Amino acid sequence: MKWALLSLMIAATAASDLLQSHAMKREGDVTAGARGLTRLLKLIAARRDLILSIALLAFSFFAFMALVQAQPLSFAVPASAGSFIVETILAKLVLKEHIGARRVAGTLLVLAGVILVAR
Amino acid sequence: MAAHARTLRTYLLLLLFVALRAFGNLALAWGTKRFPQTLSIHPAPYLQAMLDPFAALGIAMLIFSLFARMALFSVADLSFVLPVTAVGYVLAALLGKFFLAEPVSPERWLGTALIFAGAALVGSTPRNTTAGAENLK
Repeated sequence: MKWALLSLMIAATAASDLLQSHAMKREGDVTAGARGLTRLLKLIAARRDLILSIALLAFSFFAFMALVQAQPLSFAVPASAGSFIVETILAKLVLKEHIGARRVAGTLLVLAGVILVAR
Repeated sequence: MAAHARTLRTYLLLLLFVALRAFGNLALAWGTKRFPQTLSIHPAPYLQAMLDPFAALGIAMLIFSLFARMALFSVADLSFVLPVTAVGYVLAALLGKFFLAEPVSPERWLGTALIFAGAALVGSTPRNTTAGAENLK
């Protein structure tokens, strides 16, 4: 059951992040203060892709809630990081991000860390 | 905008996101673990669990962490944000150990150290590779 929840959560998270990254890059810089938050809320209200990304994230969040209730937080949180390997590949293929050797090496180190933490 | 101001903004948003997410997860875990019923596919127990003050605080913090992360996506690549924000998992292990008394094995500590090293390595790469040259670190 925990692996099914984890798989569902990872698929929904990856789809959500791709949509958010694509949309936010196109909209330009958003600041950390109240003005940035206001602008962000207006963007969310105006863009269907951002609304869909939040719906996917909500789905992933409920799967996470069920996971975190039954498993230790120090397992549930790092195991959910498996999504960023899928997402890094999709970032290159779909978002056309340039992923150099250092970024690949760093991402693999993080993956190794996640595998150790999730054992 | 000057490159250093963008870099500063990126790390400010990163800090905000990591802190909100780690403490939000902690409050949520605290709240849901006190809830007697097992959560599954049915929505009603979720809504009941959300009425717990700790779970509600955790959810509020996680919503604000979502906004911080979306703002982060406006200034940095997805493939940059994901590993760099993984430092949050180190913080999660620490919070789980100290506040929830969860056991953390030596393997898990080694894993969190690798996550930290990997995040630092990715942090040294250009944060935005799909925008114009002015956005590069």
